Amino acid sequence: MESNMQSAITVQKLTKNYDEGATGTLALRGVDLDVHPGELLMLMGPSGSGKTTLLSIMGCILTATSGSVRVAGREVVGLSEKQLPALRLEHIGFVFQGFNLFPTLTAGENVELMLDLKGVSTAKAKRRSQELLEQVGLSEKYGAFPADLSGGQKQRVAIARALAGDPGIILADEPTAALDSHTGRNVMEMMSELAHRRQRAVVIVTHDSRVLNFADRIVRIEDGAIANRSEADKVPPGVLAHNLPQAASGLV
Amino acid sequence: MPPLAQRNLFHDKVRLTVTLTGIVFSVVLIVVQLGLFLGFTTATSNLIDHSGADLWITSKNVPYVEQGVAFSERKLNQVRAVPGVADAQKLIARWTQWKRHDGGQDSVQIVGINVDDPMERPWNLVQGSVEDLKSPDAVILDELYKQKLGVQGIGEVFEIGGHRARVVGFTRGIRSFTTSPYVFTTFKNAQNYTGLREDQTMFILVKVVPGATLEQVRRDLLNGVKDVEVFKTSEFSRMTTFYWMFTTGAGVAVLIAAVLGLVVGFVVVAQTIYATTVDHIREYGTLKAMGAPNSYVYKVIMKQAAIAAVLGYVLGMIVSVFVVHGSQKGGAAILMPPSMAVGMFFLTLLMCVGAALVSINKVTRIDPAMVFKG
Repeated sequence: MESNMQSAITVQKLTKNYDEGATGTLALRGVDLDVHPGELLMLMGPSGSGKTTLLSIMGCILTATSGSVRVAGREVVGLSEKQLPALRLEHIGFVFQGFNLFPTLTAGENVELMLDLKGVSTAKAKRRSQELLEQVGLSEKYGAFPADLSGGQKQRVAIARALAGDPGIILADEPTAALDSHTGRNVMEMMSELAHRRQRAVVIVTHDSRVLNFADRIVRIEDGAIANRSEADKVPPGVLAHNLPQAASGLV
Repeated sequence: MPPLAQRNLFHDKVRLTVTLTGIVFSVVLIVVQLGLFLGFTTATSNLIDHSGADLWITSKNVPYVEQGVAFSERKLNQVRAVPGVADAQKLIARWTQWKRHDGGQDSVQIVGINVDDPMERPWNLVQGSVEDLKSPDAVILDELYKQKLGVQGIGEVFEIGGHRARVVGFTRGIRSFTTSPYVFTTFKNAQNYTGLREDQTMFILVKVVPGATLEQVRRDLLNGVKDVEVFKTSEFSRMTTFYWMFTTGAGVAVLIAAVLGLVVGFVVVAQTIYATTVDHIREYGTLKAMGAPNSYVYKVIMKQAAIAAVLGYVLGMIVSVFVVHGSQKGGAAILMPPSMAVGMFFLTLLMCVGAALVSINKVTRIDPAMVFKG
């Protein structure tokens, strides 16, 4: 997809070689990809194809072997271990397949933790956390521990936590894999809302064919390379923005 | 900051119990081993440390108090004539045999003193008084050794070195490192009990005049009195302790046990804190993925370790106080002076924080990408 607007993420000639064994494993081979604000992009492909590796490199938690990765206009290849966390904190929000909530903290505190990392004062963080949980429909669960929440509720807390940092980019790894279809759809509606109403660049790694219709673009990766660049551009960005279900309209 | 450290510690009660048990075990182990070492060390030089003397005069080549050799008591007058000497008294400290009512015999260490002099008087008296020693054949011993010597109470008569001895008082907590109980009596009685001639003594204790230089008086004594050694009390105490603790090997065993206690205690704490950290490793990975700098994660881990240290220390000291108290009635005293209690706090903190540093090393190497691995 070609676009004149500033990309949230630009990946060029990206390779990743894991140094395992005598020869190593080439996980990514010359990947080129742009992700734009307001776009919901899905990465698909078989297991071991390199999609999670690509997501990790775009998320600045894995370093590339060669090539270029620009996040919010900044080249990240070559940045030090100290610079990368600051970049993640400022620009990227993560949503994980296993939710990755802190089991010893309440839903509200999980969100506040992100705000604390951003240097928000305790009182403000508490207010903001309540607002965010309200936006994901969990205002009454502020004091609940993750163990007392359903899978869908946990994922919504995780989304609220990702939003707490006010990132321009949301990266999600199989966010619906552990959810039933109804809950999964609900989560995808929120993701779509983030992309289309709040102009976040949303990248989702998924195997879940039930959620493909939420994608603005689908990129299929096989053997470390993009397999269907032409098909990737089939769905123009924002195509679903006009048909967002009511359930996600609270995300403001 | 959300209370992540506290919650990590308190959320899982079983893990908390295991963590605190590990720390409490280590605190008690170290207190007991160090306390035993301190108890033994103190016991070796009890007599010297409580003598109240500034200088000890012995025969030549006396390496420790129990190895005293008799010499002429005429030297007492020579000692008193040396400038700077305020007081000088004879002392006998020598092993002899105590005969029980059942005919059995036990080795005891006779301490013969001048009852009218403040130096080397029995201390911690719980029954009788030092003045009671003025009555004929009177002896005072420690209540710890009642059973060993077959003593029921005051007034009982026994035989020491073939001479009559009557118990007139009891002390508390005056232990002997050699397990031969100290028996305090008059200098005259001690000569009889130990078979010393009337003109012999084994030590002369010296008190110097206020303001006199101890080293100068010591040199003057060496110049003025022939064939003797003159030691500062602290020096003779160290020599005696060193002999028992290191030359005999008995103390080395206690010292090794104390060092092992420290090592085992540290290892237990290290394992406990390490396991607690590793339990939450995925969460720390998530924190790092979210953009938390290493320092933020370290702060959580260190805080967790510090809280565990304080709780473990408090509980450990409660248990230790009971153990120490219980040991007072036994043959081996476990001593825990206030300085040791304070030192233990910092040691516990150091162990926990040190162990946390070990686990931080593990956290430093967390690949944040682990969060994407199911």
